[in-house]
Amino acid sequence: MTTDHQLDTVDMMLNMGPQHPSTHGVFRMVLQVDGERVVNMEPHIGYLHRGSEKLCEHEQYSQIITLFDRLDYVSNLNNELVFCMATEKLMRLEVPERALYIRVILCELNRIASHMLFYGTFSLDAGAMTPVMYGFRERERIQSLFEAVTGARMMHNFFRVGGVKSDLPEDFNERIPWILNELQKGIDEADRLVTFNEIFLARTRDVGIIDAKTAIAYGLSGPSLRATGVPYDIRRAEPYAIYDRIDFDIPIGDRGDCWDRYYVRIQEMRQSLNIIKQCLEQIPAGPTMATVRRIARPPAGEVFAHAENPRGEFGVYLVSVGADKPYRVKIRPPSFCNLMALKLMVKNAYIADAVMILGSLDIVLGEVDR
Amino acid sequence: MAREQPKHHQEPAEIEFALDERREALTSLLKHTLNEFEPDIEASLNEVVATIRPDQVIQIGYLLRDNPATQCNYLRCLSVVDYEERLEVVYHLYSMDKNHQFVLKTNLSPDDPHLPSVTEIWPGADWYEREGHDLFGIIFDGHLDLAPLLLYEGFEGHPGLKSYPINDYREW
Repeated sequence: MTTDHQLDTVDMMLNMGPQHPSTHGVFRMVLQVDGERVVNMEPHIGYLHRGSEKLCEHEQYSQIITLFDRLDYVSNLNNELVFCMATEKLMRLEVPERALYIRVILCELNRIASHMLFYGTFSLDAGAMTPVMYGFRERERIQSLFEAVTGARMMHNFFRVGGVKSDLPEDFNERIPWILNELQKGIDEADRLVTFNEIFLARTRDVGIIDAKTAIAYGLSGPSLRATGVPYDIRRAEPYAIYDRIDFDIPIGDRGDCWDRYYVRIQEMRQSLNIIKQCLEQIPAGPTMATVRRIARPPAGEVFAHAENPRGEFGVYLVSVGADKPYRVKIRPPSFCNLMALKLMVKNAYIADAVMILGSLDIVLGEVDR
Repeated sequence: MAREQPKHHQEPAEIEFALDERREALTSLLKHTLNEFEPDIEASLNEVVATIRPDQVIQIGYLLRDNPATQCNYLRCLSVVDYEERLEVVYHLYSMDKNHQFVLKTNLSPDDPHLPSVTEIWPGADWYEREGHDLFGIIFDGHLDLAPLLLYEGFEGHPGLKSYPINDYREW
């Protein structure tokens, strides 16, 4: 049957968010759709803007660490680490070995906890209801350990300028092997349950492709960049803390699609377990805090410190004029840059896939909006 | 009862930062590459910092990105610092292939803060520049859409500036 008259179609605007479960927070996207296809997308952020950078200018250095907890609220310790590193570099301070190892162990555990949350919610985006339970179960093990170490499940405020607040608890060495073992099982389970699942592959393979050159131009970092095949990891490119003494691999993808971004994270969890095990073997005894004055007053100057967060490169540009409060704190959040490239990725995708692509970037609006 | 004597405070040992060999080489490379622009190149802790004029940003940006010796294809961060008498825009550049990084700075007058946009060189500068426009009122000429990003539409003032009060009420 042929039609000899042209059907008029009109693009429809579809608003998604800011209160929408698929946007993982208060992110809003306005989709211009032609049937099921996304023609254009306009992202709107800023719903969680708290002026963190401005607040930092009015707090003392030790008080700012609490603000950093609240940026990327699923990898709190990683954020704290970057701010402490920046201040320590400005103060030319040497941190005790044991404190560096404790920091790395906790940060890598936090990375696993963050990726476990991603594994759960991303599967949920794809329509699988069960993995989120398993993901949270594994994350809970880490959080109860964090509670024993830092006293809090999420907003730890544990790292200090010059070290960590306290040494690991006495039963830490007894608890950790069991937890690592359970996490190992949890990751294997994720592979069996989701990774090579036929439906999951159909939903994620060749969806939301971004190539390496574009990813670099847009400033992507972390698993989102490594999924495109660029083996860029700050832990390797410019090792901080004690990463130069640790042997680990950098998992990369080859197509830069949603599945690659997912699988890079799953493999990263295995590497994190590996790193933690090596740290536990190498960790020396000794003090966990350098001798510092109670109120930090770094000399005038500026520094850019950065580290590999679960979501990518988290950076802090700190300007001091020699006072007890910083003059300017600029935060370079990884999700901010990753989210910028979303517009490219969702073009010509289906609406349902737009949800998957957003989920695969694993954004946290706390650090996007600051 | 006599009060306990305070312990003598011991100042911790300080780490000396200096440019390592790679960054020394980078300094001479930058001096050579940017020779015609006469930048002000110095060291800050262990990083290389080059200060340029605002009208040179586009030319130098293209040069640094496309020159095979520098290849700065990654814009790490774009920050604005308000020094009250001047606004400083700071670019943290990185090269994925060469694994070197340095800082590029330029100073603007706060009365009429105009700066060419670098989004055509590094598309990732897009939201950073919108943020700089929101919080500091810098107008990035050539940027396609400087609509409010972090602030809501109709917000008055630029809260990143030092002159903007942190609270509109008094705390006790």
